[in-house]
Amino acid sequence: MRIHFPNSAFLGNIDPFIKNFDSENPEVLNITANKKWISVHPVVLSMVAALGSKIPAPKIFCEKLEAKSKHYLARMGLFSFLSISYDMKITEHESAGRFIPLTRIKNSDELTRFITDMVPLLHLEPKHAEPIKYVISELVRNVLEHANTPDGAIICAQYYDKSKLIRIGIADTGVGIKQSINFSHNAHTHLEAIKLALTPGITGTTRHEGGTEYNMGAGLFFIRSIAKVNRDFFMIYSGDSMYKLLKSKQNRLELFSDPFQERHKILEHLSYWNGTVVGIDISLEATKEFSKLLDLIRGTFVDTIRERRKEKYRKPRFI
Amino acid sequence: MKKIMIYEYAGSFAENKDVARDLRIQQIIPSLDIKEDVTLDFSGVDSATQSFIHALLSDVIRKKGVESIDHMYFENCTETVQKIITIVMDYMQEAL
Repeated sequence: MRIHFPNSAFLGNIDPFIKNFDSENPEVLNITANKKWISVHPVVLSMVAALGSKIPAPKIFCEKLEAKSKHYLARMGLFSFLSISYDMKITEHESAGRFIPLTRIKNSDELTRFITDMVPLLHLEPKHAEPIKYVISELVRNVLEHANTPDGAIICAQYYDKSKLIRIGIADTGVGIKQSINFSHNAHTHLEAIKLALTPGITGTTRHEGGTEYNMGAGLFFIRSIAKVNRDFFMIYSGDSMYKLLKSKQNRLELFSDPFQERHKILEHLSYWNGTVVGIDISLEATKEFSKLLDLIRGTFVDTIRERRKEKYRKPRFI
Repeated sequence: MKKIMIYEYAGSFAENKDVARDLRIQQIIPSLDIKEDVTLDFSGVDSATQSFIHALLSDVIRKKGVESIDHMYFENCTETVQKIITIVMDYMQEAL
């Protein structure tokens, strides 16, 4: 496999980075980087860490990094995560208020602990912490419940004080969305599976409306709604496809149950990602009050279920 | 009337679905089985995920019917918790 840290890769301009990722030869990982500067979204680090954690350290080849910003990768815990030594002196700073380094979460209790510890680390006000805790809980639980991997979820986050933005990246190397959703649906392509996973009331655990006792099929819909309403980016990559929610330009905010009706971008026929990758930005200044967001979600969610039920109604035959 | 203090089990951010499932199986359903009404007291719980509330309540409605809603009371809920409970309840009633 081959992955390259570019000069810049955030959700708005992440497409070239994703397109350059090469998953051939999965027994080896070659890491290269821009020589001058590396400025990347946490999702990029989560991806590299997830790939590298499947490969023994002697099979990971990381070129000597020359960019001044290489310290960032070390501070986020990338090299220790990959168990590769890197000759670099780092001054350890207090991490509070800045970032959450790469962390692996393997079970429910670890997730609860992570969320509890995360809020003081990021120095968030309660109104800002609420959607962030929500997003992380739902995304990591998706991995724990649906990815079918003992390796869990790999997560990291960065707070950007200037733009008042939190960027979060989560990656896993599990079965991916298509296999998970096809437990009870029939998606022919990875993109179709991603579309189903983002649609309210659709869960891989059952075809029945109402979900199961454990799954409602709403987690990813809630998350893309949080991004949409706050006019932030959200991306999801699984198998050979990526869906990216673009920043909304609508004045009057409306949520669509069909993710393809939203302003979005799709990449298909990408190098195969075994598992699922999710990246999201949450702007703290623009964060709509969470309870108002829930009103919007409720309307769309219930209308969608109602419409879907109506489609199944048997029609009277007037002869 | 059975009273369950959610904070004692789930903390201020109720998101652990395993905790929700245990509360449902061990406390809510057994109480309703013996015709005892249940109060779910959310004091101290600032927020909850839909996954938590769904794991807590959906199977009660599925197994005991929509009438079971009349035998459950939700106390000291923040606006967020109220709205998430409402979404899950609406959803379950639409879906049943």
